Amino acid sequence: MTVKSKLVTAVSAIAFTCTAYAAQGEVLFWSTQAKPVEEAQAMREQVLAGFSGGVDYQPNDGGPWITRLNAELSAGSGSIGVLGALHGDYAAMDPENLVDLSDLGVASASDTFNNLAMLGTDTMQYIPWMQASYIMAANREALQYLPADADINALTYDQLIEWAANVHEATGEAKFGFPAGPDGLKHRFFQGYLYPSFTDGVVRTFASDAAVNAWETFARLWEHTNPASTNFSFMQEQLLSGDAWIVFDHTSRLANAFNERPDDFIAFPAPAGPTGRGFMPVLAGVAIPATAPNIDEARALVSYMLEPETQIATLRTTNFFPVVDVELPDDLPPSVQAAGNAIAAMSGSADANPGLLPAGLGDRGGDFNRVFVDSFERIILGGQDIRAVLDDQKTTLAAIMNDTGAPCWAPDAPSDGACPVE
Amino acid sequence: MSETSSNNGARPVGSGAKLVYVSSVVLLCAWVIVPIYFLLINTLSSPETVNSFPKSFFPEFDFGSLHFFAEFSGMITALKNSITVALLTMTMSILIGAPAGYALSRFDFVGKNLFRLLILLTRAFPLPLLALPLAVMFIQTGLDDTTFGLSLVHTTLAIPFSVLITFSLFSGIPLELEEAAWTLGCTRLSAFRKVVLPLILPGITASAIFAFVISWNEVFAAAVLTIENRTLTAFLLQNLGTSPLHLKFAGGFILVMPALIFIFAVRKYLFAMWGIANR
Amino acid sequence: MSSRILPYFLISPVVIFLLAFFIYPFVLVSQQAFQGDSGAWTLSNFQDVISYWKFPISLRNTLLLAVAVVPIQLSLALLMATMVSRMNKGRDLILYVWTIPLGISDLAAGIIWLAIFEQSGFLNSMLSGLGLIERPMNLLSYQSPVIVFTAIALAEIWRATAIMLVILVAGIGLIPKEYYEAADVFGASKWKQFIRITFPLLRPSLQTALVLRVILAFEIFAVVAALGGTLFPVLMGETYAYQFDLLNSGAAAAIALIILGISIAFTMVILRVLRVPKGASI
Repeated sequence: MTVKSKLVTAVSAIAFTCTAYAAQGEVLFWSTQAKPVEEAQAMREQVLAGFSGGVDYQPNDGGPWITRLNAELSAGSGSIGVLGALHGDYAAMDPENLVDLSDLGVASASDTFNNLAMLGTDTMQYIPWMQASYIMAANREALQYLPADADINALTYDQLIEWAANVHEATGEAKFGFPAGPDGLKHRFFQGYLYPSFTDGVVRTFASDAAVNAWETFARLWEHTNPASTNFSFMQEQLLSGDAWIVFDHTSRLANAFNERPDDFIAFPAPAGPTGRGFMPVLAGVAIPATAPNIDEARALVSYMLEPETQIATLRTTNFFPVVDVELPDDLPPSVQAAGNAIAAMSGSADANPGLLPAGLGDRGGDFNRVFVDSFERIILGGQDIRAVLDDQKTTLAAIMNDTGAPCWAPDAPSDGACPVE
Repeated sequence: MSETSSNNGARPVGSGAKLVYVSSVVLLCAWVIVPIYFLLINTLSSPETVNSFPKSFFPEFDFGSLHFFAEFSGMITALKNSITVALLTMTMSILIGAPAGYALSRFDFVGKNLFRLLILLTRAFPLPLLALPLAVMFIQTGLDDTTFGLSLVHTTLAIPFSVLITFSLFSGIPLELEEAAWTLGCTRLSAFRKVVLPLILPGITASAIFAFVISWNEVFAAAVLTIENRTLTAFLLQNLGTSPLHLKFAGGFILVMPALIFIFAVRKYLFAMWGIANR
Repeated sequence: MSSRILPYFLISPVVIFLLAFFIYPFVLVSQQAFQGDSGAWTLSNFQDVISYWKFPISLRNTLLLAVAVVPIQLSLALLMATMVSRMNKGRDLILYVWTIPLGISDLAAGIIWLAIFEQSGFLNSMLSGLGLIERPMNLLSYQSPVIVFTAIALAEIWRATAIMLVILVAGIGLIPKEYYEAADVFGASKWKQFIRITFPLLRPSLQTALVLRVILAFEIFAVVAALGGTLFPVLMGETYAYQFDLLNSGAAAAIALIILGISIAFTMVILRVLRVPKGASI
């Protein structure tokens, strides 16, 4: 019996010494953002420490995040006080489950963002919290192979391909990097960059001839893309390791590279196609679930997140930019400066063709993304015929649009009723 | 079975065979250790080295990444929670599972096959799908956010192992041994206690290790069912995938170490079994 | 207590436990697989899941991996278990080393093996250090599915062989030494001893080890995601994609039930082939 009795002793000893660490009165901030351990720690120490009520900041992967939230909602009581997530996460939720924040008196400086935050209702279901975008970044060693006539702040897709080809030829390795891994944000490239730049649309033009041209162009770029890209989800890793020299990714997924070796890398705008320079914002918001234990305290935290000082502190830690008007200080980290300049050049360019985040898709947002990811996997990885794949995926896309009745969003021309796939 | 070392048995093992034997043992040890050594190198390297090529095959003893975790608030609490949950899981899964293992090995009863199937089903359905109804149940009953509640779920995961392992161990002990004890005046219970239990106890260590390790490494239920009483795995591992490389390795290392120490600590029970065989 | 009631008494704690923490949520979740959006009973979730173009690929990958990995793990575990049984000195240490991977989660194993196989990883460093290659090779690319498959299989063999080893070692420990001594007296070769004594007497443990391992092989996910990225879809990955990316619990439950069905089928076969006679005695 020695083993058993020892175990029992050990268990009781540990249960005894382990006094429950109860964080009474703290607001539980349940977030899908600022997950990397360093960012989470900085959120706690530099952003949230200033909140008078005390905050328990807990970032999670999407799976546990939504599971816990749904469990609390269906149980009718919970411990989550404030939610932090992307627009897409909220869009998939029933607005009934979020506390109406219209009377809170805070909002973002952008009407577009505030409209998105209503989730199709007349009231603010979440408050825009911070924004980012996707940009390009390159190792400075790659600059010597930039085509002679190209301006890095006004590249076209053809010039980008030529550049990647030059690097490929000179080094013998395909060094364009694309986040096509399991957690990579590849679908946003197709929805917000490739399609707007080539077809001036996303849904209407999904299977147009211009779209075939877009995929052909991307296939040419893929020839000079690191074939291990299907494992890449955070391009900062490949920038730092040198496995990729020219990359596309989310600003916060490039930040480490700039912060660790600011002199080695350069950030620049996404390239332009025949119909302009497509690009897309990333919008995160804060909300309060209907089951929040202390709604007053939670509302105070939401307001606190929108204060200019908090927004600047958030920018420093997460590389997400403020959504309210603030005066940016000069001593921002290198990643923020690089990304800020690239985004400014991108949105300020003469041929800018901004795309909006998909709206009105409800819980079909994942299916919508899958249409683009599947097209990518079949056309680029599977080598299937572009026209055939697009015609096939088109029926899926049309079904999603009809089921949800989602109207078109920019750059697609506005529609009456569901956005048609033409 | 003692010739190998002394080499003077009835049929000595040839030196060629011995060489093959020793080198395969060494090779298999290297196969296990080398990948962990790589993890150690990366853990003890500066961020620059972790990203460099070619990789060095010797650690440079940079403790920056480990230091980062040492400063991480809540690590100690999370560690305590992890150990509590794992030990509770271990105890419960053995106490609950072993009797069932004995029943399976010694009795033929109606519904036996159904029972075995039920146990196997538990392992064949993914927990993340079950987490939602479980979490709702826990919130409603007040088990939510307690180490005990989480260990109940982990015990469910460990039960198939403990039942099946104890089943195979009991099956390996001759029924005649117990029957002999009965004829000598023992009741079923006392025969079990005096004859079977001493034989089986060391082997139960194997299922204890499984229970401990399953609980230690489980992420999803831990992330959903604990909020303030987070386990180390839920606290660290679930956000590891999105962390920079050097912290990914250091975090992985921190998670691996306690499990290794635990196995090391109980290894002598694992090997007490050999005493039985050589009785 | 009569021997008619006793077994039910002994299994009742497990049954009560599983009813509360497994069967109850399991029934709730499985229901969703057979329900459409409106709540009506339907098989449409299964149709959707099976007709998706990736389903046959992920089914094939999952089975292929199990077929490639499990037999190797079984023979390796048997080999290690018999080797350990012949040891006198250093047995504790060797067995400890071999059981180390038991303590390593699949997520951590994925991290470790990615560090070996990635382009600037340890394997390439070793090869270039030995002067075998000039520049790092791209091992985990879509152009080399065989290498990707091999890398995943190696990582799985490394990680999960210890589970079988521990069960088999525990089983071998119960085989009385006298049997081998008798066999030695009659001059039976080591191989013959293995076939005639170890293997038959190990059947209960072999059965347990195989069943558990096969079931876990169908649940493989994290290691595959780390090494194969999106190149090597497996069934469990599809389950999670339905549940958490597409938020389609019905489809996720449907595909999980399909995995469950496959697991049960394989379990039945193993139990039949390695049947343990009633009250198995040595």
